[in-house]
Amino acid sequence: MILRVAGLFWLLLSPAYGETQTTLGIEFQSADIQVMQRDDFQNPGMLYVDQGEALARERKGKSNKACLDCHQDFSGVATEFPKRNPRTNQLLTLTSQIAECRNEHQNAEPLGYETEHMQSLTAFVAFQSRGKPFAATLEHEALQRGRDYFYKRKGQLNLACVHCHEYNSGKQLRGDIISEGVSTGYPVYRLEWQALGSLQRRFRACDIGVRAEPETIGGQVYTELELYLRSRAGQLSITAPGVRR
Amino acid sequence: MIKARIAVPKSASQGETIEIKTLVSHPMESGFRLDHSGEVIPRNIIERFELSYLGKLRFTTKFGPGIAANPYLSFMLEVTESGIIEFAWYEQNGDVTRESREIVVQ
Repeated sequence: MILRVAGLFWLLLSPAYGETQTTLGIEFQSADIQVMQRDDFQNPGMLYVDQGEALARERKGKSNKACLDCHQDFSGVATEFPKRNPRTNQLLTLTSQIAECRNEHQNAEPLGYETEHMQSLTAFVAFQSRGKPFAATLEHEALQRGRDYFYKRKGQLNLACVHCHEYNSGKQLRGDIISEGVSTGYPVYRLEWQALGSLQRRFRACDIGVRAEPETIGGQVYTELELYLRSRAGQLSITAPGVRR
Repeated sequence: MIKARIAVPKSASQGETIEIKTLVSHPMESGFRLDHSGEVIPRNIIERFELSYLGKLRFTTKFGPGIAANPYLSFMLEVTESGIIEFAWYEQNGDVTRESREIVVQ
């Protein structure tokens, strides 16, 4: 009985979806990587932003249109994702939306989610929202499923995201300091990958790390998790493209 | 094909030592990695970088297979008069990427 009352109090006092996290992922990186991210010149992610801009100017597909023919400005766009596509009613990440646009409006050959060109386009769009806070629509059901995934134990190591990224953030995990799982820097240039990668690629790496079967990149499960991470990041601004070890 | 980002100050005073930074896109494939089917991914690296100022070679460096993808370079150059700074990256396959920047020395 006492437990139940205490539980009720906990429910009343806690915010709807756990605590919001306040420390950017970059703060958990070493000093030299922080310098690398903050100096736009040294940041290798900027190479991809440049490439993304060139790609966005290119006329493509059967309709022979370039991204920049329709969109003059992408400022603030990335803050709204993951977002539901009104036509298909699917929850889409920024990358999936670019893929959708490419298919629907350009009629161009599809690009894989994790390909260099796709991530370059994503980085180009995300970069234009730098300094702007997240503004995704936090739908209750999708958010709840994303939160469930975050709390679900997985893999041979039987760990959930929450065990590392909330209960043990700031502590050492071999060579790394565990972040709070704030996703503002994505897509990031990860030195280990020697390439720009999406947040979902990071999820995949985490899932493999706990020896769990990873989910599909661009699929519903990871997209809802992405939405949940956005809600945890509260009002923190976008810092893409980030740099990670 | 190399895409380069180059930072050179637009102007400098005579005798000033300026910092030049370059960041280029290149896979810098070491030749030691295997692909998914177990085949060696062939080595593909930049071998040499050269910087000329006023037509004279002023800085050069060799790259090895241990250097990470998208290499970043930063170095100092003493400038004496206005002119062109030329950059050249030599790849192992014989490709050469050239860029140039103008600097005004007051």
